Amino acid sequence: MTTHLVKDKTAVVGIGQTTLGKGLPDTELSLACQAISIALDDAKILPSEVDGLASYTLEPNREVDVARAVGLGDITFFSQVGFGGGAGCGVVGHAAMAIATGQCDVVVAWRARKRADASSRPWAQAAARLSDGQQWTRPFGIIRPVDEIAMLTRRYMHEYGATRDHLANVALAFRKHAARNPASTMGHKPLTRDDYMNARWISEPLCLFDNCLETDGALALIVTSAERARDLPHRPALIHSFAQGLPPDHQTMTNYFTEDPLRGPAWTAARRLWANADLTAADVQVAQLYDAFSPLIPLSLEGYGFCGRGEGGPFTDNGNIEWPDGRLPVNTSGGGMSEAYVHGFNLILEGVRQIRGTSTAQVEGAEVSLVTSGEGVPTSAIVFTRDR
Amino acid sequence: METGWLLPDVNEPTSAPFWAGCERGELLVQTCVSCGLRRMPPRPMCARCRSIEVSWEPTSGRGRIWSFIVAHPPLLPAFAAVAPYNAIIVELDEDPLIRFAGNLVETAEGEINEIDPSTIEIGQPVSVVFHRIDDVTLPRWKRR
Repeated sequence: MTTHLVKDKTAVVGIGQTTLGKGLPDTELSLACQAISIALDDAKILPSEVDGLASYTLEPNREVDVARAVGLGDITFFSQVGFGGGAGCGVVGHAAMAIATGQCDVVVAWRARKRADASSRPWAQAAARLSDGQQWTRPFGIIRPVDEIAMLTRRYMHEYGATRDHLANVALAFRKHAARNPASTMGHKPLTRDDYMNARWISEPLCLFDNCLETDGALALIVTSAERARDLPHRPALIHSFAQGLPPDHQTMTNYFTEDPLRGPAWTAARRLWANADLTAADVQVAQLYDAFSPLIPLSLEGYGFCGRGEGGPFTDNGNIEWPDGRLPVNTSGGGMSEAYVHGFNLILEGVRQIRGTSTAQVEGAEVSLVTSGEGVPTSAIVFTRDR
Repeated sequence: METGWLLPDVNEPTSAPFWAGCERGELLVQTCVSCGLRRMPPRPMCARCRSIEVSWEPTSGRGRIWSFIVAHPPLLPAFAAVAPYNAIIVELDEDPLIRFAGNLVETAEGEINEIDPSTIEIGQPVSVVFHRIDDVTLPRWKRR
């Protein structure tokens, strides 16, 4: 076993979130500050001790505004990670690297957004004339993220025989999990297989229930050294391994122009993630897999090594991804499709709760908890473990 | 009057020759002068030999449907007006790694919703046609 600079050196010690919902009255900056404040209190760490900040390039709130409003100390590290929903675990991973390499001691990582209002949909604000990669798809009506992923989904179904029943397995499992989670936005609405099969199309072969939610809210977490974490109130979620992934010849979202478009960024991230870990996919007891769209679940199951190529669809059969009895409970808070869609940051907090033992769909004695960020875009992933 | 359709900036230097080709009724593909590698979408350097010299070579304009979607609302107004419509990815007969997004139509002048979506299948052979919107010519595809 080689010594690794980052492995097990840091931990998530505080988590916080605002109400998740539609039409929240507070500003995005206010929501961010509230989530960070709750996370600091949860960790029993003072704002003045925070010296690092990490978030997404798509985060609307600037470091200066957050730091001033919350009353943070001298900030000696700040970073942002790109590619939308692919960023999440990378944000936390950058925090871990910064602490492990001595650039700072306490990092706040967060994501805040107000997106439940239809007018805020990025695809609806497209420029009149396209000069980037979108010029090869948008003039043909491949406009929304759902169109972009539906194209890959049709090909995936064609190549491997995945079915709408497999995608329904995903939607139904996450809704069941959300029903146990009072913070979820959809837990009060049961979903049946008939509901799924009769739902309106959005972009065939994907229907309404293959899509994530649009949610307002903010979530934050606190990362510090594993050494300090042992003196803080909560069981630390050790950052055992982390990786980002951007494969060769990749075009984000509209990845149709390369030899094997269905071998996505998950494969690249997974190679480094498991190489840096003392564990393999077989050791993972619970997973939060990025679910902007249901087909990302089978693709991620394959990419991170839970099953073979093309086996991600059947993997979801027989309640395999459902809590409590499934072989691998996935998205135990309801995920982006049934808890809230906050660019996957809620998945990270749920991964931490599983290690703490405080999930509303707690996998008993969970010691290895995987979280992944967006598949189909340059991505990232983290393995959280229980301190031994 | 502009239609509200999403259209490329045909003056963007790396891609301009492609759109100029469409204007003339030619489906061109960016090709490395040094090693001959074809690439789509176009880019400023050859990932095989790192040459920045390119030429734009004609293609057969014939291919097969690699995948397709049928888009339904909510959509931008110009696209909602023709929804549900199809969009397809075509792989070129002579080089299946060269792929183009497009729409399946009966005729060059037709709308992108004129084909019954239940008749579209992966693998169907198609050939390029050209359709003008505002001041831009887009490639579209009909079955052959």
